[in-house]
Amino acid sequence: MFFNEEFETLPREAIEALQLKRLKSMVARVQQNVPFYKESLAKAGVNADSIKSLADLARLPFTYKQDMRDSYPYRLFAVPMEDIVRIHASSGTTGKPTVVGYTQKDIDTWSELMARSFVAAGVHKGDIIHNSYGYGLFTGGLGAHYGAERLGASVIPMSGGNTKKQIMIMQDFGSTVLTCTPSYSLYMAEAAKEEGIDFRDLKLKVGIFGAEPWSEAMRLDIEEKLNLSAVDIYGLSEIMGPGVAIECCEAKKGLHVWEDHFIPEIINPETGEVLPEGQKGELVITTITKEGIPLIRYRTRDITSITYEPCICGRTHARIARMSGRSDDMLIIRGVNVFPSQIEAILMGVEGVEPHYVLIVDRKDNLDTLEVQVEVGENIFSDEIKHLQALSTKIEKQIKEMLGVTCRVRLVEPKSIIRSEGKAKRVIDNRNKA
Amino acid sequence: MYVEQISIFIENKFGRLAEVTRILGDAGVNIRTLSLADTSDFGILRLIVNDAEKAKSVLKDRGFTVSKTEVVAVEIPDRPGGLADILQVLDAGGINVEYMYAFVERCGENAVMIFRFDETQKAIEALTAKSFNVLPGDRLYSM
Repeated sequence: MFFNEEFETLPREAIEALQLKRLKSMVARVQQNVPFYKESLAKAGVNADSIKSLADLARLPFTYKQDMRDSYPYRLFAVPMEDIVRIHASSGTTGKPTVVGYTQKDIDTWSELMARSFVAAGVHKGDIIHNSYGYGLFTGGLGAHYGAERLGASVIPMSGGNTKKQIMIMQDFGSTVLTCTPSYSLYMAEAAKEEGIDFRDLKLKVGIFGAEPWSEAMRLDIEEKLNLSAVDIYGLSEIMGPGVAIECCEAKKGLHVWEDHFIPEIINPETGEVLPEGQKGELVITTITKEGIPLIRYRTRDITSITYEPCICGRTHARIARMSGRSDDMLIIRGVNVFPSQIEAILMGVEGVEPHYVLIVDRKDNLDTLEVQVEVGENIFSDEIKHLQALSTKIEKQIKEMLGVTCRVRLVEPKSIIRSEGKAKRVIDNRNKA
Repeated sequence: MYVEQISIFIENKFGRLAEVTRILGDAGVNIRTLSLADTSDFGILRLIVNDAEKAKSVLKDRGFTVSKTEVVAVEIPDRPGGLADILQVLDAGGINVEYMYAFVERCGENAVMIFRFDETQKAIEALTAKSFNVLPGDRLYSM
């Protein structure tokens, strides 16, 4: 089953011809309209006319998340604000988020690609989609929502949280498709069990899980406990949002990247050199149809590999492997992206707190937990418990407000956090040990 | 009229209390009385010792977070209602007790309580006005 059979099954040569045409047009647009690209392309000595083949993509400069921060909020936009119909953002290092803007055409494209993704996952018009991705500045909720409507399915805009209500609605409304993070699906199944509800008895048949890395073992666990077919979805707000790539239900072997809109490359994160098919490296994406904020060779920092082998589902678009890690120190906690530097910035903003902290990430009952250990130096020490507890609560609240992630602050003795010679060991992630 | 108390931050970890008391013992510091306030993660050990300055410096050298706080020692008649009488005076004066604990030794016929007030000076004035005996630090350290 396809949503847009013509484009989803384009022969390889046709995809590449389309990519080249769209790439040249996009480069011409940003060179004209975005001062940042005008400068970086000039520096690299490339322009739209000098791109003769897709191999020339490697001559274009990379775009980094930092470039987006430096251009806060709108300076990377390639169209006037009156053409922007939607703005999304992800949390930033110093409280300033990374901002993206969409034209109506961008929203239409996103909706189509999400609709294609739903169909690839095995969803049909007539399905009831229980959408537990967060609605708001985060792209997850609205991205899946618009795709569901484009497909013509019924969408329940649940957003995250309030697990009991989620379960009740899923049961009473007869949801057939679930979209959320893989860990939250297991958490809900466990919570339902305590209420005497077995997820296997619900009408769910497809689960589309993303926004955090997961394993094949976890897929089997979810499929067994929830009695549904689980597929992996990939996306990031900088590029578009959810639906940049999706696993097809037929093969469940790699995620198809919608190549008529994005050009994926795998590079060596150290040298920037493009790696051959099958080799593991950092995923770099160029958006070739986006109008609001087109990006050239965006460094996703996600580690994967790519294959152009034909897929049994009939889609001709390349597949990337499950994300196996990051080439930076970003953590994904319950689907929320968190950089240790963001937490550091918040801690430094609290009077008296010293830059000695450690983040302990774990998974308990299928939910990620974050513990922030903060050393108690003389500046923040009090002989009264209530003052220290107020300090912990204040930090917890600020982290929740600024980064959208729930954490527990644990006050520890000075020097109990290991000082290392070079790079401080700031993060202990126990999630992959199990 | 103040008594010097030292407060030490201790994680709720095996052996921490033993380590603090051993450090003080090795330095020849005598603990006169103590109280421990705790949460699930950490505790605050409050001590009155014969040499607060020395106690603070040896513990700091060993990496502990230590602070000095001024508390008030008050003699309390050792009879039913003795503590209630004092608290009533404080209550009437609008003074809050942040925490309190008992001193180990007696002072003659009386018990001794250690108080941490929100307004220390005001508390001392209220208590002495009602003829309660506030003990000076020197007296306590060597009791």
